[in-house]
Amino acid sequence: MKTNQLVTPCCSQCWHTAANPCRQLIACISEGPLCHKDDKCRTLRADRLSAARRGGEGDLLFIGTGTCGLANGASRIMRQIRLFFETTRIPASIIEVGCVGYCQREVFIDLLSGTAPRLSYCDVTPENINELLEELYVKGNLKNRFLLGRWDDADGTLSEIPLLKDTPFFKRQCKVVLENCGRIDPASLDAALAMGAFKAATRAIQTMTPAEVCDTVLESGLRGRGGAGFLTGQKWRVAHDTVSAEKYVICNADEGDPGAFMDRAVLEGDPFRVLEGLIIAAYAIGASKGYIYCRAEYPLAIERLRTAISQCMEAGLLGHNILDSLFSFEVTIKQGAGAFVCGEETAILASIEGGRGMPRPRPPFPAVKGLHGKPTVLNNVETLANVPMVVERGAAWFKGLAAGASAGTKVFALSGSIRNTGLVEVPIGIPLREIIFDIGGGALPGHRIKAVQMGGPSGGCIPEKEMDVSVDYAPLQQLGAIMGSGGMVVMDECACMVDVAKFFMEFIRNESCGKCSPCREGTTRMYEILSNLTEKPVGDELRRLERYRGILHLEELAQTVKETSLCGLGQTAANPVLSTLRFFRDEYEAHIFENRCPAGACKGLKTFSIDTALCIGCTVCKKKCPNNAIIGERKQAHYILADICIGCGACAESCPQKAIFEFIPGSQEKELQETTSA
Amino acid sequence: MSTVQEIITGFGPLTMDSLIPVLQDVQKEYGFLSGESMEEISAIIGAPVSRVYGVATFYKQFRFAPLEEHVIQVCRGTACHVRGSLAIAEHLQRRLKLNKDGNSQDGKFSVLTVACLGACSIAPVIKLDGEFYGHLTTQKLDALLDQIGQTGKVGGEA
Repeated sequence: MKTNQLVTPCCSQCWHTAANPCRQLIACISEGPLCHKDDKCRTLRADRLSAARRGGEGDLLFIGTGTCGLANGASRIMRQIRLFFETTRIPASIIEVGCVGYCQREVFIDLLSGTAPRLSYCDVTPENINELLEELYVKGNLKNRFLLGRWDDADGTLSEIPLLKDTPFFKRQCKVVLENCGRIDPASLDAALAMGAFKAATRAIQTMTPAEVCDTVLESGLRGRGGAGFLTGQKWRVAHDTVSAEKYVICNADEGDPGAFMDRAVLEGDPFRVLEGLIIAAYAIGASKGYIYCRAEYPLAIERLRTAISQCMEAGLLGHNILDSLFSFEVTIKQGAGAFVCGEETAILASIEGGRGMPRPRPPFPAVKGLHGKPTVLNNVETLANVPMVVERGAAWFKGLAAGASAGTKVFALSGSIRNTGLVEVPIGIPLREIIFDIGGGALPGHRIKAVQMGGPSGGCIPEKEMDVSVDYAPLQQLGAIMGSGGMVVMDECACMVDVAKFFMEFIRNESCGKCSPCREGTTRMYEILSNLTEKPVGDELRRLERYRGILHLEELAQTVKETSLCGLGQTAANPVLSTLRFFRDEYEAHIFENRCPAGACKGLKTFSIDTALCIGCTVCKKKCPNNAIIGERKQAHYILADICIGCGACAESCPQKAIFEFIPGSQEKELQETTSA
Repeated sequence: MSTVQEIITGFGPLTMDSLIPVLQDVQKEYGFLSGESMEEISAIIGAPVSRVYGVATFYKQFRFAPLEEHVIQVCRGTACHVRGSLAIAEHLQRRLKLNKDGNSQDGKFSVLTVACLGACSIAPVIKLDGEFYGHLTTQKLDALLDQIGQTGKVGGEA
């Protein structure tokens, strides 16, 4: 299908071009032609619209080729489908779509045939794709084992198949931002326009003053979805009120939080929505230049954005004099270069200006003095993706979506030890338990959920017993976690909370920009303390003492880093430590006092044991042990003194009977179970 | 292969703003940033070499040693960590005998650790020559590496 069909003139009376724009470009798509009366043009436009809405003509196969789909073999599947269509001469087309959110069951393949509802098939792999094709095209069996549900009612047939939105994973969700993800072709402006894209931008630009747009967004209660949760409208208002010849808007797509991937999914699945949000933001504050600062690790997102921008330029939705409103706006993509700190707004500015991405003190806030000293508004991808709906449906509607005090929905990335991994969009304020158990399906078989880590390195862990908390800014903060960007990593009993805290501290230590000492030195020291905890206290007295003393100061150090760091990342860097200390102090204590890792995850606490039934008392191990940790008489079973064992493994290597095995204290039961079941 | 000069010409009038994109493009062309290329960039852009080097070393993306034939990116995000990515990284370290630049002893692989690849739902994950491989175990990884060792490339099933 050709792109930009919907904005192509219908006849010679329709005259608009990107250089000579028409105010009614968007309205004309669904109601046109508005400037002249011609039944032929009307039919042509209606046909184009229904074709775009459908995605194309004939049989269509939609394949989820977001990053998760590709990782599950979507490109190989696509090759096989093409081959199948070529050999069988079935006239069907393939459309690549983004991720529908149910990553666990990727690859998704949707079939749209004739006037029947669009059907969704999942769990497709390169190994079983031929089976699915055979069911669909040879046996004509639509209701096969891959079927998950149908998207819509269409012609009313196949009503016995459940609607996708009624299936367990989607039932509790409320899709606003992700509405089109996995549904439409993200590389086609037509597909987005057919779903109603750019109606909101048109409305804002043509019927509202910039101040009114700011007020609407402020009134809606939309808060930044990137982590800090600042009121978006307020930010815009400040930038709007600051007088300057030049202003900038920046879309922050530097999704650096490990465990978060919603911005990637939105950019890959529906880039036009983000662009529309950015256009509205630019109009509201009076900016004529925008940047999208996207991680280089997201090549597909960058590619989709490039396509989207060039199609919008072509259609006159970006560029000079947009929709004949005298408002001009252009967007440039800036690729991040891999620095976590560049998620911080002043660091992004430094990075775009070509320097080291180091934050600077605020105030002045970027909204007053940002890029090149000019007022600049920075918004996260998801925040911007919310904006068009807020403008189109109004502040009251947006507020009504939420189940709690805040407004709207939030996308979360569910990952870790959970049955259903993927992206979920829920009303803000629903209980965490509902997300984890009803949508996420709970723990993996045979495991028990221990905690949920929210907000990445700036967030905290919420223990299972607190999971009735409602997912909203304030209640989460009380628990020492944050809403954050939306990463939810679920941990079961195999995850050691000390190890998790150490993991984040290592991450922050590596990513600290080094500008202020509390963060640079504090995180390093915290990492050392935690690292000592996850290792055996061997060696001289001093090291043992250090291990104890370190933990005594850990809490104080964490508090100091929190209070004195320069930027948001430093100020929140201690959160993983503080929150695990708060809820899992017993695990810390087991590490310190018993040298035991209750989860059996800390390899540094590994020790060795001798199977006395197999030991022949040859004394080889005793001689090899560098720390004299093995005792036993010749021809008698030997024993290892766990307190002195340094875990080097020299004994196990030398044992002729293979009687020495390693284990991590705390995980004994687990290992025994495993061996007996095996 | 284009020279640094040619790459820079594509940018039009140069300002500090273009420094990072220029470095990215040079690295894309050569696989890494050599001392000479950074000196050249600094001369053209009119900024001290120390500034260019300072910016380059600040960002994780930039490398100062050539890339080998196959590039493996190991995700060390939270979800991957919880699902055992450390074991994957250590396994690569041991099996490929990586040096400080992350290049393997046999000169075939470059291993880079990445904060998060954004494919958390299929953790633990690596990206090998541009393709994602999810739900990894050390056995699956070995199979992948064996396949490369035998055929020189990965194809078919992972």
